[in-house]
Amino acid sequence: MTEPKARGDAWTEERGARNERTSDEGRRRLEGAPEASGRGSTPLLEVRDLTVHHGQLRALDRVSLRVFPGEVYAIIGANGAGKSTLLRTIVGLHRPTEGAIVYEGKDMTRVRPERRATGGIVMVPEGRRLFGSLTVEENLQIGATYARPGPWTIERVYELFGWMRERRTQRTEQLSGGEQQSVAIGRALVANPRVLLLDELSLGLAPIVVQRIYAMMSQILASGLTVLLVEQDVSQALRVASHLQCLLEGHTTLEGRPSDVTPEQVEAAYFGLAPGGNGGAGSPPVSRGGLGGIAPPGQAGSQPLWSGSTPSSRES
Amino acid sequence: MVWVNAIIQGILTGGLYALFACGLSLMFGVMKVVNLAHGDLAIIGAYIALGVITITHIPALWSFLIVVPIMAVLGYAMQRTLIQSSLDRGALTTLLVTFGLSVVIENALLQFLNADSHSLGAGSSIITKSFSIGSQIQIAYLLVLIFVVAVVVLLGLQYFLSASRYGRMIRAVADDREAAQMSGIDYRHVFGIAAAIAFGTVALGGIAYGMYSQFAPTTGTDTILLFAFAAVVIGGLGSLWGTLLGGVVLGVAQQIGAQINLSYEVLAGYLVFLAVLVLRPQGLTARKAQS
Repeated sequence: MTEPKARGDAWTEERGARNERTSDEGRRRLEGAPEASGRGSTPLLEVRDLTVHHGQLRALDRVSLRVFPGEVYAIIGANGAGKSTLLRTIVGLHRPTEGAIVYEGKDMTRVRPERRATGGIVMVPEGRRLFGSLTVEENLQIGATYARPGPWTIERVYELFGWMRERRTQRTEQLSGGEQQSVAIGRALVANPRVLLLDELSLGLAPIVVQRIYAMMSQILASGLTVLLVEQDVSQALRVASHLQCLLEGHTTLEGRPSDVTPEQVEAAYFGLAPGGNGGAGSPPVSRGGLGGIAPPGQAGSQPLWSGSTPSSRES
Repeated sequence: MVWVNAIIQGILTGGLYALFACGLSLMFGVMKVVNLAHGDLAIIGAYIALGVITITHIPALWSFLIVVPIMAVLGYAMQRTLIQSSLDRGALTTLLVTFGLSVVIENALLQFLNADSHSLGAGSSIITKSFSIGSQIQIAYLLVLIFVVAVVVLLGLQYFLSASRYGRMIRAVADDREAAQMSGIDYRHVFGIAAAIAFGTVALGGIAYGMYSQFAPTTGTDTILLFAFAAVVIGGLGSLWGTLLGGVVLGVAQQIGAQINLSYEVLAGYLVFLAVLVLRPQGLTARKAQS
């Protein structure tokens, strides 16, 4: 594998600067990363130079990523960066113009979406996309129709989300946004995926609800899933991720471990600012994803909401 | 008393219309296919029944045991080939394809058979007879039977959709096709099953019509398709019991119209149809208009 070409200047220049800053351990990882895979042996899911067009618009431009088993791989980026397109292409809802999607060592690029799902690539789609005329339980049953063998059952989802059992006969139309998101997660879990794709879990939900849903993640990850998630809410993504990739207008602008990147780098990559510029005049309001709230790398791991995301557990 | 008779006859005829309409409603509800060949499929069912009866000499009543499976298989095959490939090209293409299919079926029947009217004689069994209530009301056993069959079919369909695994999948695919795919469901297969059911029910309708009345190659679009559409629109799209209600309302309107003047029979039905379209376009039972 060669170094992906589609990387902004921000990356190369920032990288030199960062190498001086980071600890020895961090640098060792960083130099190996991303292609020489200091992260396990073979990737579970690999995207190679993926280009996707929406009509004339180039939504993704030679984006590559490698997700290793047990990882929480976060893709961040502003609106229209191509994050959702990337996930939708991975599950097969968009056809790439170029590039390949490799899963468990097999090329999935031409495989139909439902075959990918039964193979273990399951997505919680943006906007939840529940079956509105079906009850909570029926939504879960649909998710379990072609489930792979594994630990997740409808019963276990009811245990995870305590309120759900009592309201299982309600139509999902009648649920609140956070409840619907929980059902959508449950519907994906009962399929027992190997890779769980989460598309904008936080979209349209109150911050407290988002926190509660992300707090569930530790239990979900304990069952041995690999997660590839897309978030606009950067601080939330940084808190849970073990690997980070930032997209900007279809290009990768930053990639690395959350502990190895600084908030300034993330900000630059997120908004496409000149490297080293820390916001200032060009920076949009803070509400845009709470960038101001990013903790410095050292503190990010001290209070993990998501077990498995701390550097120490990653090392073992 | 003649009015009571008209209403009873209308209700019973409504069962026949519901048999025609439920498949049309199902195909629209699940795959958004407006099947303009639906009436011709009923007539194909009737012709197949005629052939089966001629060859095997089984009573017309039992011909459905052979005809319905044949039509169901045909429905699955057509959905997976012709209709699916037109669906992939857009809603307008699908409409044109089913319209073309209707023209092809009608002319093929005219070409290879003839324009004669046929009837599926019910033989000498009890269903050819009728019973009387008082002096004015006379009810044919056949019409009662057709109504009962319609109710049983709708009940069965309702149960299938709400309680079975495939029924659940059909509803899920109707709600959100992509989300269903992400749960591992091949929606094309589910569409095929829905089409098989639709073709099976319309075949039943065709046999019932053949026993109740006379059919010719053009009966499908002349009569059956229009009545089915009217029943679906009156009752409300996507509701099975609405379909029965729509059929009954249409039947009663026609019979009352016929009671006023025999030539008003069909007109009265369409007046109600128009009134519903104007006053309650979502149909009598639907909660809200489908977008």
